[in-house]
Amino acid sequence: MEAVNFTESQLTQKATQIRIDTIKSLVSAGSGHSAGSLGMIDVMTALYFGDVLTYDVSKPLWSERDRVVLSNGHICPGYYAVLAHAGYFSPTELGELRKLGSKLQGHPHRESLSGLETSSGPLGSGLSQSCGMAYTALLNKSSWNVFCLTSDGEHQEGNTWEAVLFAAKYQLGNLIQIVDRNNIQIDGFTEDVMPLDSLNEKYQSFGWHVQDIDGHNFEAIIDAVNEAKSNYQKPSIIIAHTIPGKGVEFMEELPEWHGKSPSLGETVEALYELRTLAGAIESDHD
Amino acid sequence: MIKDNITYPSEEKISTREGFGEGLVEAGKKNSNVVALCADVTESTRVHWFKEAFPDRFIEVGVSEQNLATVASGLAASGKIPFMSAYAVFSPGRNWEQIRTTICYNNVPVKIAGHHAGLLTGPDGATHQALEDIALMRVLPNMTVLIPADYCEAKQATIAAAMHPGPVYIRFQRTNTPVFTMPGLLFEIGKSHVVREGSDVTIVSCGPLVYSAIDAAEALAQQEISVEVINASSIKPFDVDTLITSVQKTGAVVTLEDHQIAGGLGSLVCETVSEHYPVPVKRIGVKDEFGQSGTPDQLYEKYGLSVDAIILAVQSIVR
Ligand SMILES: Cc1ncc(C[n+]2csc(CCOP(=O)(O)OP(=O)(O)O)c2C)c(N)n1
Ligand SMILES: [Mg+2]
Repeated sequence: MEAVNFTESQLTQKATQIRIDTIKSLVSAGSGHSAGSLGMIDVMTALYFGDVLTYDVSKPLWSERDRVVLSNGHICPGYYAVLAHAGYFSPTELGELRKLGSKLQGHPHRESLSGLETSSGPLGSGLSQSCGMAYTALLNKSSWNVFCLTSDGEHQEGNTWEAVLFAAKYQLGNLIQIVDRNNIQIDGFTEDVMPLDSLNEKYQSFGWHVQDIDGHNFEAIIDAVNEAKSNYQKPSIIIAHTIPGKGVEFMEELPEWHGKSPSLGETVEALYELRTLAGAIESDHD
Repeated sequence: MIKDNITYPSEEKISTREGFGEGLVEAGKKNSNVVALCADVTESTRVHWFKEAFPDRFIEVGVSEQNLATVASGLAASGKIPFMSAYAVFSPGRNWEQIRTTICYNNVPVKIAGHHAGLLTGPDGATHQALEDIALMRVLPNMTVLIPADYCEAKQATIAAAMHPGPVYIRFQRTNTPVFTMPGLLFEIGKSHVVREGSDVTIVSCGPLVYSAIDAAEALAQQEISVEVINASSIKPFDVDTLITSVQKTGAVVTLEDHQIAGGLGSLVCETVSEHYPVPVKRIGVKDEFGQSGTPDQLYEKYGLSVDAIILAVQSIVR
């Protein structure tokens, strides 16, 4: 496979284009989850275009690929756009999101789309599945890693913590969890709904290797993944502090954008803002 | 002949979850022991009205359905009447064993509101469309299972559940569906209702599909096929007499449900008629497959739950 190694500014451009395609896909669907999708696009872009993930789009079932498990399946509009840009399917198909017969199901369906390792949507079960995959790699003496993308909200599910114990017991050093620490869930801010802080201390005391990073800083994301990969003794978690709705100002930091798609008017506004960011439109502001 | 216990054609559409939300507030006013628990889906399960009315009797557990069921069990064991509300795929889907042991085996009065049931859930896709919950709940000893057909029945079933001494499961939908039962009519647990009288075949349905059954029956009347329609909103205990009296007259049954073909209403009707008065049965439901994303109408078309599909099924059994 060709090495995909973008510069920082290329990553920024790529992420902006992916955000634009995500917004278009959401408006065409008429429903779906905007905030988490936009918030994790920088992390997912860094994974697929920052030369840290081993994958080959022409061989989605290649045995030596790194496994990416999207545990918080509701942010699939963002993930689908990343997979399309990575080459798993054409970005023109993103308009089929949530439509009858589409491979872009409202929540990911493993059998519908190549590039997906599992079906998800029901929260809290991705980390355990990732443990099963990581354990397999150790048994088989394979060198691939498992990247499990999770959300903060699903850390309220018992199943997540059952997996946290398991990964530490079996020293799954090939397991890298990246959690979207965006502080929101459906009913409001996580610390009001069911407090999670400090995730860092909790994971340390459970025997994991823990890093806190700015989830919108490409260098920080890539460095953290490389450090996690070089650690063989413990499972790793990267706590990515993100801004839900990142890139579209009227969505940022607001729990009400958790599960909503933009209206036509809001889409125009969002695309204007993102295109300005991409340099395609002169900014009004400065 | 449409009976006078319904309004047909219906004049408005409101979701069953709306009826639940309003019924829950009523139940809360009637009895101060009523408390409500939710797992991070407060507004979409319409518990927010209860939360506003009785803030200190509302409990937010976050995204943790197993905790939801077991905390509710503890509350019920201590004298409260907890209503626990979440999406049916997760509750009673994910927390089934907790419900079995800590609620049913303990026989404590927890009321389980399962939302976003069936293909009517639409574009969220298969992971969020509960198609197995009736089967899961029917098999549990001590459990009562109610499936309101519309907004009015949903409200009344919620109030009735609060007064019932044991565990109750009630199934709700997200989509707006026709309102056609009589407002304010008390919900009787254990009772089915004939909503249209006929003599050639009986359609037994539950949930909002009861209205589609009436639509199909009206269309079939044009073809000289006389259809009786039963609204089986009390799945457990089930009203054996109403069904058997009807099939003794018609001699054939079609069942209709937004649920897997196995284990739900269709199975219940087969079990009942084969023991009491065997007649040919045709089951309409989701045929051992998962749903997918789409609009509710598209999905009903695709999975054979449309009015046209009901008409075909009835024709096939009477001819
Ligand atoms: C087991 C389960 N319970 C409930 C839900 C409904 N649900 C979907 S997203 C969500 C909020 C979870 O918070 P988070 O993942 O942090 O959301 P985000 O940050 O993306 O807004 C909930 C409760 C679900 N998908 N799975
Ligand atoms: Mg979150």
